Amino acid sequence: MTPTVVLPVIIGGLYAAGVYLLLDRSLTRVLLGFLLLGNATNLLLLSAGGPAGLAPILGYAEPEEMSDPLPQALILTAIVITFGIAAFVLAIIYRSWRLVRQEVIEVDEEDRRVAARSQTDADDIDPDDLAPEDRAAMHADTFAADNGDGDGVDPDLDVERRLARRYSGIPSDDVDLPPTRRRNR
Amino acid sequence: MIRVLTPLPVLLPLLGAAAALLVGGRHPRVQRALSIVVLASVLAVAVGLLLLADRDGADAVPVGGWPVPLGIVLVVDRLSALMLVVAATVALGVLVFAVGQGAADGDEETPISIFHPTFLVLIAGVANAFLAGDLFNLYVGFEILLTASYVLLTLGGSAARIRAGITYIIVSLLSSLLFLAAIGLVYGATGTVNMAQLAVRLGELPEGTQVLLQSMLLIAFCIKAAVFPLSAWLPDSYPTAPAPVTAVFAGLLTKVGVYAIIRTQTLLFPGGALDEVLMWAALATMLIGILGAVAQTDIRRILSFTLVSHIGYMVFGISLASQAGLAGALFYVVHHIAIQTTLFLVAGLVERQGGSTGVDRLGGLATASPLLAVLFFVPAMNLAGIPPFSGFIGKLGLLEAGIADGGWLPIVLVAGGAVTSLLTLLAISRVWSRAFWRPPAQAPADESSDAAAADAGPELAPAPAPGPAHEQEPVEEKEPVPAGSPADAAGVRAEARRAAWERHTAVATATSPVTDGLGGEAARERPLRPLPRVMVGSTAAMVVVTVGLTALAGPLYGVAERAAGDLRDRTPYISSVFLGEEVP
Repeated sequence: MTPTVVLPVIIGGLYAAGVYLLLDRSLTRVLLGFLLLGNATNLLLLSAGGPAGLAPILGYAEPEEMSDPLPQALILTAIVITFGIAAFVLAIIYRSWRLVRQEVIEVDEEDRRVAARSQTDADDIDPDDLAPEDRAAMHADTFAADNGDGDGVDPDLDVERRLARRYSGIPSDDVDLPPTRRRNR
Repeated sequence: MIRVLTPLPVLLPLLGAAAALLVGGRHPRVQRALSIVVLASVLAVAVGLLLLADRDGADAVPVGGWPVPLGIVLVVDRLSALMLVVAATVALGVLVFAVGQGAADGDEETPISIFHPTFLVLIAGVANAFLAGDLFNLYVGFEILLTASYVLLTLGGSAARIRAGITYIIVSLLSSLLFLAAIGLVYGATGTVNMAQLAVRLGELPEGTQVLLQSMLLIAFCIKAAVFPLSAWLPDSYPTAPAPVTAVFAGLLTKVGVYAIIRTQTLLFPGGALDEVLMWAALATMLIGILGAVAQTDIRRILSFTLVSHIGYMVFGISLASQAGLAGALFYVVHHIAIQTTLFLVAGLVERQGGSTGVDRLGGLATASPLLAVLFFVPAMNLAGIPPFSGFIGKLGLLEAGIADGGWLPIVLVAGGAVTSLLTLLAISRVWSRAFWRPPAQAPADESSDAAAADAGPELAPAPAPGPAHEQEPVEEKEPVPAGSPADAAGVRAEARRAAWERHTAVATATSPVTDGLGGEAARERPLRPLPRVMVGSTAAMVVVTVGLTALAGPLYGVAERAAGDLRDRTPYISSVFLGEEVP
């Protein structure tokens, strides 16, 4: 019995096409890629069963002539699993379309947030280590000084203004807090 | 006796799931009671199996009555029985927590009639994977638990969960396909998928074929277990799910992958051809995982990264392939399942109490709820490996096994493990000091989830809700650019830090009790609801379990060592399947 070259070629082609589709951002293509990969794997299982033969039914064929029934049973199970999951993925794609009107895979927002942060968290800095002029408004040591040069303005507003003057053009970082409410006073 | 008990951990949850689905819509109370009873009986069965397996050794049950190499077998040995016990314990704890959460939330967020049956199916899949005596049944077990996990992860179908779910589903599908292809190749090479038979026949194959099959199986399992180069999916997908779901995923699903790696490395391919590769993978998993955890600011994501990182310890123990290494790995698996689940449950409670899991938005939890602080502190220290706890015992066992091995690579891994442990302590204590320990005034309380979304990027943010955070633009954006801004880059960086600090304290002090501001205490006071008792109770029970692991560490380590002995010996497993006869 000579081995067939058709099956390996088909399996290879299906794997290649499946991987290509799987790398796409569009979910429908990813699903199609998954289906192709599933079919390729099923064919691989089939070819693992050895050369083709007669249907493995007792009385219909002699055991030597039968093809191996076990891979076929495995493939049937795999087909059922693939089918069910494909249906679920389709439902997910539909849901994604309903929600965000797109069916591409999105970026992880928390990842982007973490990546965009500056390297030092503000509350890792001990204000006592900073030079006096760098210390925070209303820090114990600088409280009087701040009130002194604050032109009699609300200290918070004053801080905001001074910051804006000094550090404009510097991208904000993770402690980008909402502005204080007391400014309207 | 053991033959009667063996199929039950799979059968009971599956039947329970069917029954729970039937009664679900109309009788939610019956459904809850049913699932709890089912899981409690699974736990009882698992304990019985462990006692019997530890006394009598491994045993196999041919399901369906077919003679052994033809039919499907379920095999119970010390390893699978031990895993079953831990899995059932954790699942029961999480289920009670979920029931408490459902009762407290009025079941709005999660369609509860789906949750319970799916959860039971998940447990059935996990049990099936632990008991499977042939590769294809292992694949089916994986598929059962994965399919259930897809549903659980996307419960409610919100945009974030769908996004996370898609990543998770596609990665899992890919690993399943790899596994299936590997099964096909294994069958083509040996003509069987029965693991006991494979254990004999695989050894007769040419070495190259063996390595190919082994690496395909290992890649598939490493994706599931989130070993480093294949771990990026995990911190991305787990944190968005509901708290109990994340907890059970974190505890169980990756450990099923670890279990499969153990079986592959000990039963199927004992030659140790890829041990060195696994050691490097373990080192990378530990270090890169924990560095990720240090960088995160969300409790759940920190925990997800520590989860990835600590998988490295188990892979380390497995790759040593010595009795001590395997025993340490098994003990660590047991410890880590319990501890990681508990911590995720606590994170769920933190979210409930503080309204967020971002450590930058939390504060003062230790005063707001001392009980919660204790519930977090104990397992957190356990995770970091502080001496009296089981985490320390597990790590110590692994590090000793690494030193006993004697090679230079295990010594590097020992150092890596120690560093990882320290970094875990750092990551965990950052959570502690910010979310629990600092005064609440330092945390901006009125940042809500939409503010968090706004942080992520303007084009992704939802429509701004009318609120104080959005009414006023920050002043610095309106001010004109002054002339003398600092020129050099280092100066910019340093001043940006100062600016951040000043703005931070400006806001914090503005709303501190000292000032009589409009947005003072009243507006910042969170409507403090007491935490639901059932949720706290189940979490506390899990904490007690993790502490109990410390108290029972002696007998547990004994079981782990005996199981490791069985694994290295291989004959108990093989002869239990073939009843001592010659393997065909």
